[in-house]
Amino acid sequence: MSTAVVEGKTWGGANEPLKASYGKMMMWFFIVSDALTFSGFLAAYGFSRFKFIDAWPIADEVFTHFPFLHGVNAPMYYVAFMTFILIMSSVTMVLAVDAGHHLNKGKVTIYMFLTVIGGIIFLGSQAWEWNTFIKGEYGAVQTKGGNILQFGEYVEQDGEQVFKRIAVKDFAVVDTHKERTAHESKNGIWFQSEGALPAFDVNEIYKGLEAHENILVRTHYIDEETGDKIVLSRDHSLKALKNNGTLYVEGANLHVNEYGAPLFADFFFFITGFHGFHVLSGVIINIIIFFNVLLGTYERRKSYEMVEKVGLYWHFVDLVWVFVFTFFYLV
Amino acid sequence: MAHEHKLEIFKGLVKFKSNTAKIWGVLIFLSLVTIVEVILGIIKPEILMGYVLGMKALNWIFIILTIVKAYYITWDFMHMRDETPGLRRAVVWIGIGLIVYLIFILLQEGGYIFRVYDTGYIKRDF
Repeated sequence: MSTAVVEGKTWGGANEPLKASYGKMMMWFFIVSDALTFSGFLAAYGFSRFKFIDAWPIADEVFTHFPFLHGVNAPMYYVAFMTFILIMSSVTMVLAVDAGHHLNKGKVTIYMFLTVIGGIIFLGSQAWEWNTFIKGEYGAVQTKGGNILQFGEYVEQDGEQVFKRIAVKDFAVVDTHKERTAHESKNGIWFQSEGALPAFDVNEIYKGLEAHENILVRTHYIDEETGDKIVLSRDHSLKALKNNGTLYVEGANLHVNEYGAPLFADFFFFITGFHGFHVLSGVIINIIIFFNVLLGTYERRKSYEMVEKVGLYWHFVDLVWVFVFTFFYLV
Repeated sequence: MAHEHKLEIFKGLVKFKSNTAKIWGVLIFLSLVTIVEVILGIIKPEILMGYVLGMKALNWIFIILTIVKAYYITWDFMHMRDETPGLRRAVVWIGIGLIVYLIFILLQEGGYIFRVYDTGYIKRDF
């Protein structure tokens, strides 16, 4: 056989070495680039965490809430539930793809519908998670240097001394003759106004701390040996609040975070928000495909490959969540 | 093409009768891994709190379990198992290579900056 014949076979066209359609390969191409984007964000999170390794919030102390269970310390159960929802909707997606291979329109319809529902439940759960995080629970005081002072007391639990946090609103002595009121543009310079004032000023909290002997201040620094946050003695608690406290903060936003470093909240909002945006677009694309299935577009095409392609995207969103779950909640 | 599925997982240890059975099997496996992660995260066993290669042993376990989950999601849900080796390598090795490099470089730098802060802005004390 001459080389010309071999070359003709290899390079003559109609040769599919990867045995995948153009659309599927482009989906993989997109997934690789999107995976690099997400790892860029997660690596940046890791960078900041390593930079402030001795003062990073401990996730099980931040995300301890579960819907309808108030005052119950339930770390991780809620995210575990969210993870399960997303994996479950991945399963219904892959079942839809499988039914598509058998050209079974009815089954594809049902499974696509369930996938969309799963995605919507996940988005709702994430909205609840954000809401709880933004609202906060106990409140804390930010210092001049941007550190966080939290309040609590030692209580006996199973024969051990455990630090339990106390909400600022439960002990602060509210000064009813406050002079400081929110500046509104109608009462002063018209082009200047300010947002809502914090619920308490530091002086009120200090008075409350003085009045309650049992309350101590906890810093956001981690004790290397025990892995817990460092709690100050009574004297140091009073001193730390008096000398350094500047601002009462409750909950978390892009500027302040009652649980510790504001950077933690920034990354949390950005990365879970970016992932949530992916879930949202996934749900929308899934709905479009669902209606296409319903209208019989793929039935006439005799190929459900479109379901397979959105399936790839949907699984990728699940894959990213697995990593977000690990790096924000577990590690 | 895509209609033929490889039905064994765990290097052929478990072989499923149909693709649907394999999907449910993988779901059970992924759920088990997640449950193990959550239990470990809540009780935090004392033995696993020691440091291995600069990180707590428990954190290494979490990361390894995460990669295991990622493997089964990619291989079975995204059907990577059924793709040609060329496509598989092009996607997986390019991704892993770049991501590992990025993570190494950023974590290394983060640790360095922490140490500079920690020692009062002294980079090297001779």
